[in-house]
Amino acid sequence: MGHFRIIEEGAFADFEFEAYGDTLEDLFTVCGKVMFEVMTDISKVEPSREMQFNIKAESVEDLLFSFLSELIFLKDTSKYFFCDFVIEIKERKILHCISRGEPIDRDKHELKTDVKAVTYHKLEIKHNDKGYHTRVILDL
Amino acid sequence: MEKIKIDDYTWEIPKGTKPGMKVPARLITSKELLDQLDEGVVEQITNVACLPGIRKYALCMPDGHRGYGFPIGGVAAFSLDGGVISPGGIGFDINCGVRLIRTSLTEDEVKPKLRELIDILFRLVPSGVGSKGFVKLSRPEFERLVSEGTPWCLKKGYAWKSDLECTEQGGVIPGANPDSVSDRAKKRGLDQVGTLGSGNHYLEIQKVDFDEQCDRSVASVFGIDRPGQITVMVHCGSRGFGHQIGTDYLQSFGPAMKKYGIHTNDRELACAPFDSPEGKAYYEAMACAANSAFVNRQVITHQVREGFSRVFGKSAEELGMNLVYDVAHNIAKIETHDTDRGREKVIVHRKGATRAFGPGNTELPEKYRQVGQPVLVGGSMQTGSYILVGTAMAKRLTFASTMHGAGRVMSRAAATRKIRGQQLRDQMEKQGIIVRAASMRGLAEEAGFAYKNVDTVVNAVHNLGISKKVAHLTPLANVKG
Repeated sequence: MGHFRIIEEGAFADFEFEAYGDTLEDLFTVCGKVMFEVMTDISKVEPSREMQFNIKAESVEDLLFSFLSELIFLKDTSKYFFCDFVIEIKERKILHCISRGEPIDRDKHELKTDVKAVTYHKLEIKHNDKGYHTRVILDL
Repeated sequence: MEKIKIDDYTWEIPKGTKPGMKVPARLITSKELLDQLDEGVVEQITNVACLPGIRKYALCMPDGHRGYGFPIGGVAAFSLDGGVISPGGIGFDINCGVRLIRTSLTEDEVKPKLRELIDILFRLVPSGVGSKGFVKLSRPEFERLVSEGTPWCLKKGYAWKSDLECTEQGGVIPGANPDSVSDRAKKRGLDQVGTLGSGNHYLEIQKVDFDEQCDRSVASVFGIDRPGQITVMVHCGSRGFGHQIGTDYLQSFGPAMKKYGIHTNDRELACAPFDSPEGKAYYEAMACAANSAFVNRQVITHQVREGFSRVFGKSAEELGMNLVYDVAHNIAKIETHDTDRGREKVIVHRKGATRAFGPGNTELPEKYRQVGQPVLVGGSMQTGSYILVGTAMAKRLTFASTMHGAGRVMSRAAATRKIRGQQLRDQMEKQGIIVRAASMRGLAEEAGFAYKNVDTVVNAVHNLGISKKVAHLTPLANVKG
């Protein structure tokens, strides 16, 4: 399982948070959910449709950057909000994701602030006996 | 870090304060604002001072605040020969900028129709997450649009001829090449032309006022000639197209940095030599994004003219809806400046900073050449904005750059803990400002108290002389993305 904390003293114009997960998959899932929570109340998004994608990257940080960037791309091109992710990560460099959500519906979904991009600023994934931890800044 | 006072509005962090600094860093700010400055800005601007080929100083404007990579308000010029270009020195929202449309209407004429007007503009200019514009484009047409910039709008009937000369660089950055842009970026941008976006982007109906420091003779050259005159300000950028280009090149510059042996203190400062194939490709893609942003603001202008025309039953021409100017505040541009190596061509990065050409600059339209470039400062929704004018002093001190907005002092998360969107909307209505927002939470994030006092920030650039006050713009109604 995972959880997160908003860093209020962080990048003023953007959105900075810390995320924790027992596994890398948990950590990535939390990050995906937090990102969509910035854009809408994800409890109102139904996981009625799904999209799948694969990502390869040079490092686990690049993998997280590409994963979140892919979700932003899918949000803009398919006009979907996502609320649920089934993630499989191999060798910290290969990711398979099933993203579940539904088309954006202004009558049903609260619009919050759009996420423009993921940044590399301070992006680092750490691992200790409690699990995985990262800090992410999203550009809003 | 120690800051040495150079004059009342300039503070220097000497080269050598941080290992790797190639030039000093300079904070353009008043003592009052300096005392409130977040140390994160100092950390970030000194990181910029470490980048290869940087000239003279790494500068931060008085509205500066902590960002990622470069601080917001950062200005840095790099040699074209051995210097770098950095996507992090421009930001993801390439050519985010501000434009101002003037009208011949007065406050008295607009006030009774303000609600009708803002409702129609809210419908005509889509905003918020997932919005689509009305311009339907094929892929080849979109590629022409990003190559041609604002002149594309003239061909399609979305621009007046006079709009072109009143847009920075005529609304087209030369060298744009769609082949240097990924398919993903084109896909993301295709249906977003004419949309406002979200975050701090807005469309605002304002009225003009002047304080004793405003230069009214310059104001009349800009077509701003009386208190109570109505203007419309548009603040937005290159939407998903630019954001994707920023993302793509940030990723591809990682390996490029290894190849060229460049190390930075923050991965978000990823860069490549300007004259390398990677640097060249980014410049070509950035120019496409910048052109798309000029087009975006131009198409929005077309819609604003349409909205006013419907409400007042007169043509936009009859309503005197000319463009005052359009400035880019997230961009890198090739310009000639005096540096520590004499006069040379440099690539000036402005991230949350505005170009401020002074009188006589031949790049300015003839009608403004005698007085200097209009500088448009978008303040917060509650406190108002400014028209300034560029100066020769800016050319000498700050690579012809000045401030761009009020500058945040509080994170979005902190702002939403202090006020709810509905509460803020009621407060603003009492203040006489009507708001239509795609997102109520987004509205709360933009509350006036989350920003520095724009008057204090403007005073710093005015007193230093890197731009001068021309007019103040008070918000009357706001469409918030």
